[in-house]
Amino acid sequence: MIRHTYNSTPKNQFVNTILTINNLTKKFGSITAVNNLSFSIEKGNVYGILGPNGSGKSTTLGIVLNVVNRTSGDFHWFDGSGTTHEALKKVGAIIERPNFYPYMTAAKNLELVCKIKGVASDKVHEKLDVVGLLDRKDSKFSTFSLGMKQRLAIASALLNDPEILILDEPTNGLDPQGIHQIREIIKKIASEGTTILLASHLLDEVEKVCTHVVILRKGESLYTGSVDGMNASHGFLTLRSQDMSALKGALEGNKAFGTIKTEGDSLIVYLNEPMDASEVNKMLTDKGIFLSHLVKRKESLEEQFLELTKNK
Amino acid sequence: MLRLLNIELQKIRHNKAAKVISIVYFVLITFIALIASIEFSFGSVNFRVADQGIFNFPFIWHFNSFMAAILKIFLAIVIVSMMSNEYSYRTLKQNLIDGLSKQEFVISKFLTVVLFAVISTVFLFIVSMILGLSFSDYTEIGIIFSDMEYLLAYFIKLVAFFSFCLFLGVLVKRSAFALGFLIIWFIFEKIVYGLLKWELFKGTNIADNLTQFFPLEAMSNLIKEPFSRLGAVQSAANQLGEGFTKSYDVEWHTILITLVWTALFVYWSYVILKRRDL
Repeated sequence: MIRHTYNSTPKNQFVNTILTINNLTKKFGSITAVNNLSFSIEKGNVYGILGPNGSGKSTTLGIVLNVVNRTSGDFHWFDGSGTTHEALKKVGAIIERPNFYPYMTAAKNLELVCKIKGVASDKVHEKLDVVGLLDRKDSKFSTFSLGMKQRLAIASALLNDPEILILDEPTNGLDPQGIHQIREIIKKIASEGTTILLASHLLDEVEKVCTHVVILRKGESLYTGSVDGMNASHGFLTLRSQDMSALKGALEGNKAFGTIKTEGDSLIVYLNEPMDASEVNKMLTDKGIFLSHLVKRKESLEEQFLELTKNK
Repeated sequence: MLRLLNIELQKIRHNKAAKVISIVYFVLITFIALIASIEFSFGSVNFRVADQGIFNFPFIWHFNSFMAAILKIFLAIVIVSMMSNEYSYRTLKQNLIDGLSKQEFVISKFLTVVLFAVISTVFLFIVSMILGLSFSDYTEIGIIFSDMEYLLAYFIKLVAFFSFCLFLGVLVKRSAFALGFLIIWFIFEKIVYGLLKWELFKGTNIADNLTQFFPLEAMSNLIKEPFSRLGAVQSAANQLGEGFTKSYDVEWHTILITLVWTALFVYWSYVILKRRDL
């Protein structure tokens, strides 16, 4: 499985923390939406917040974006010296669905955002071009399709050339073409070195662009860190041979291999230590076992995610 | 300040419905002039409203500010919807995410309300001046510019009323329900007054003393009805032996009550917004 990573060099040498969350808790009546959550976001990485529906992703983002009041805990943007709303002028965010004034044109809506963020309105043209909406800039927002609305929202979030771009379910409800367009835009932005925080329940989406993940379940953080370090395993092998029982026997004696299980007509073997597929092939050949099929791969994000969420 | 006003005006400027209603509102204010053209005859007596002295300085300030204040309900629609639209379009959320603070949001709305009131007052001043200069029997400078406190009262009344609308918009979130609430509140004040006046404190002034603290009652007390002040009505009353001893002045304590309500409405709007999860 190929994992795209967009690990860009930070603009300055030392690592900058963009967002720090400490022991954040949010209760809606008796329901705890976010429970004692802590993580931080460093500049230059692409983060994914993963979690099933109702795991507290949007609530967490709502709190740091000043629209939901926290019950306890705290958070701060950048070095924590300014107020949240001042910090948000350096952040670009879209949450859930695009919110604009339907009676205004795309360009006018973006001009309004410029006024709120305190940036010059000459960016409007440039950002509409980035998302491919330049030819529709004088159309009213209400005439846009959902895909176009979502792209306009991204343009709006980019107006201030943000330090961090926060996207909550950016492809929700879009058709395949729309999803593809949004992903291309996100990849492009990520490749330019912008820090991105992407909340989604679509794992392949996160997998395609993220370097780091925060995994939430029922408001609690299950894992925070790099995608690669998510799971200590060294990957697994899928093997097939004429003589399956001999193959199994040859593997069972070796402490380099962990769990061995049969799946269909293949054998799945988890590695206990780093090992190249060719090494395995050579070892088995020496023992007179010839493979008809050998694949080494790491667990997909989906498998790792399911593994993590079922443990609790 | 200018940035906040600028943000809010852009939201309204491109809203066709808000524009149409605002224009209708200002056109209706100029229609006060049409009262001048009302003419009717009792047999051989030709009666012309303009000749009854309603456009005489300084009475015109009182009469016009009273008449124009009735029309404020049109702008109330604009103000309630400018607030509740932010909820229904979910743009309030987006504004906050884009970096507007909740405090700035309320201030930007309040500044717009004040601006509406300023424009209305200036507009009313111009219309009244033109009408007065055309129809008034007295045009001495001293007389023209006397009793100007009615314009001040008009301004304060508008700001207070619009702040109330703003508050209802924040509270109720839906424009139709907010306007409905406004009407219900008006009826509620009247019913309470009726109960106090005719049931609980019959034959005393306690009811009036209490209800003057109600928001809508305080606003309407700012500018008292001008009709019984008209020469024709006064003389008719005198003939019937019913002399008037009513004071038509703008009273400072009414201004104070109204200003306190205005401050409360704006503050409560902010508190609601601060507490609410969006």
